[in-house]
Amino acid sequence: MGRLRRRLLGWLWSRPALQGWTLIAPAGGWLLLFFLVPIGIMVGYSVMRRGIYGGVEPGFTLEHYARFFDPLYLAILRRTLVVSALCTLICLVLGYPVAYLIARSRRWRNLLLFLVVLPFWTSFLVRTFAMIFLFRDTGLVNTLLLRLGLIEAPLTLLYTPFAVMAGLVYSFLPFMILPIYATLERQDLSLLEAAAVLGAPPAARFRRVTLPLSMPGVVAGCLLVFIPALGSFLPSDLLGGAKQMLIGNLIQNQFAAARNWPFGSAASLVVMATVLVGVLAYLRTGHRPAPGMR
Amino acid sequence: MSASATTVPAVEFRTVSKAFGPTKAVEALSLTIARGEFFSLLGPSGCGKTTTLRLLAGFETPDPGGEILIHGERVTSKRPYQRHLSMVFQNYALFPHLSVERNVAFGLEQRRMPAVGIRPRVRQALELVRLDPDTFSRRMPSQLSGGQRQRIALARALVLEPTILLLDEPLGAIDLKLRKEMQLELKALNQRLGITFVYVTHDQEEALTMSDRIAVMDRARIVQVGTPAEIYENPRTAFVAGFIGESNFLDGRAGGQAGGRWTVRRRDGLSFLIPDQAGLREGTPIRIAVRPEWMDLFLPGQVPAGENSILGTVRDVIYLGETMHVIVDGAEAEAMTVAVRNEGQLIKPLPWRRGDAVAVGWLPEDCQVLEEA
Repeated sequence: MGRLRRRLLGWLWSRPALQGWTLIAPAGGWLLLFFLVPIGIMVGYSVMRRGIYGGVEPGFTLEHYARFFDPLYLAILRRTLVVSALCTLICLVLGYPVAYLIARSRRWRNLLLFLVVLPFWTSFLVRTFAMIFLFRDTGLVNTLLLRLGLIEAPLTLLYTPFAVMAGLVYSFLPFMILPIYATLERQDLSLLEAAAVLGAPPAARFRRVTLPLSMPGVVAGCLLVFIPALGSFLPSDLLGGAKQMLIGNLIQNQFAAARNWPFGSAASLVVMATVLVGVLAYLRTGHRPAPGMR
Repeated sequence: MSASATTVPAVEFRTVSKAFGPTKAVEALSLTIARGEFFSLLGPSGCGKTTTLRLLAGFETPDPGGEILIHGERVTSKRPYQRHLSMVFQNYALFPHLSVERNVAFGLEQRRMPAVGIRPRVRQALELVRLDPDTFSRRMPSQLSGGQRQRIALARALVLEPTILLLDEPLGAIDLKLRKEMQLELKALNQRLGITFVYVTHDQEEALTMSDRIAVMDRARIVQVGTPAEIYENPRTAFVAGFIGESNFLDGRAGGQAGGRWTVRRRDGLSFLIPDQAGLREGTPIRIAVRPEWMDLFLPGQVPAGENSILGTVRDVIYLGETMHVIVDGAEAEAMTVAVRNEGQLIKPLPWRRGDAVAVGWLPEDCQVLEEA
């Protein structure tokens, strides 16, 4: 064993070009096996014929892609994009101040960070279920509002677009807070002092220094919220009562209920392509990370 | 107007204190800085010099009872952006997301200057710090060397045409040769532009080179304020004598007064003379400081009449280039350092070797009587 190891290392030592490849081999192999291969399978499925009880039958067809461009499905895609974008925006508006507060507090920083991460200790499914108990007619929110005398009768909260959005925002908010926190936390505070001496009051300091320097975190946060929101189906399923179908629900239905794997695969790939094109465009225009922050 | 504009000091501290929790960073500090003066706050790290500067800039608020005035106006409750000062930071604090031009323009934009007026002013400021505007305007701070960043930080401060410029160890991070060059340049800018410079440094040589006046700080207090010559040649305490340049310390008790001189008796029975001191009484313990370059070495018994002398043994000879330091162990086992001009060790070597018996001699006038710290 020892001899073999020594010989292997010796062989590697004499081939510097191979050393880098050896280092990335484990991660590369993992990605190949669990990312590229499944995508390859999906690409394959998406152009094959639908099996009657699920699965696929041999053949080649583009009918599934053609079907996706039906106005009905495009409307779902459009709605999903709008919902995800709105969710990202709300997360940004709610998350930035929280990230700022955590980054600027010294004593409470670790506790606050802990609280941000705490929801991850419970599964996504359980947390989404828990929101049903918050929003139903006899739930916490309605009970509280009734007790306070703010409303006469329970509000219909559950199975509304509001509940779906609340579920999405709640689920993805930490992904917005953490990267923004990371850029704010390492910001050099003497830059703010420099801006102050140069005549900038607090609002101008934020606009001209803090905000532009935190843009890499904002960009990262937006991507980390927008992309999973686009593929999510649990909040809309459980909190929207399947009334408001998102693209995630459509895909999930095709694989599970409708047993139309090729169409599900085609829909997935179209969404992926949309995200890819959108993200690349987003990164190329305007929101480049600030030089010196890389 | 009660006072004419020329007599109003640029900066005035009136019994300003600042504590951070139980730590006193600045204690009952009073200070007056004249217009156009190059004023240095000098001291070891943690002495409160940076806090003093930050109090002046408005980053810290003095504890109740203290008052800070800029051009005769109370600014104690004013925010930094209301004080119309400029500052150069230790780490330069250039905005990494803005080009050189936008960095320099920042303050002008903040003052709502129209864009057409800004460009020529930025050019002017860059030329003032001897950077070619055409080469550097578009560069980002990350593309500059330390010395260039330093100049940009200076340009960014000077473009506002401030009456007072604060500098927080601005030359700390650049190499020695460039630092010497910048020292002279800063001094020249101070004289040419008539701006009051308030300069924080821990480098005594730097303070001596550039300053009109120096405030030496130690443990949250100002120990001595004076011109470089006053500070160096007439240090008030042992701390000042030891921190600025090197000093030999000698202890004893006041003996008697004769002919405008006091005799100081040492424990070993020897004595030496010091200049007349007001308020000295027989038996008072005395500590004096003598600069190494004001002492000379002689063969025992050959010290000229009228000079003080102490016998000792050469412990070491240290080569410093410009000078040689001869360390002498005195009779009371105190080490004395005597600086001797290096006239070329290869041509005319020093006659002193380790272990030689020597006499250290110096004039009574060169003794600085120190106060209790």
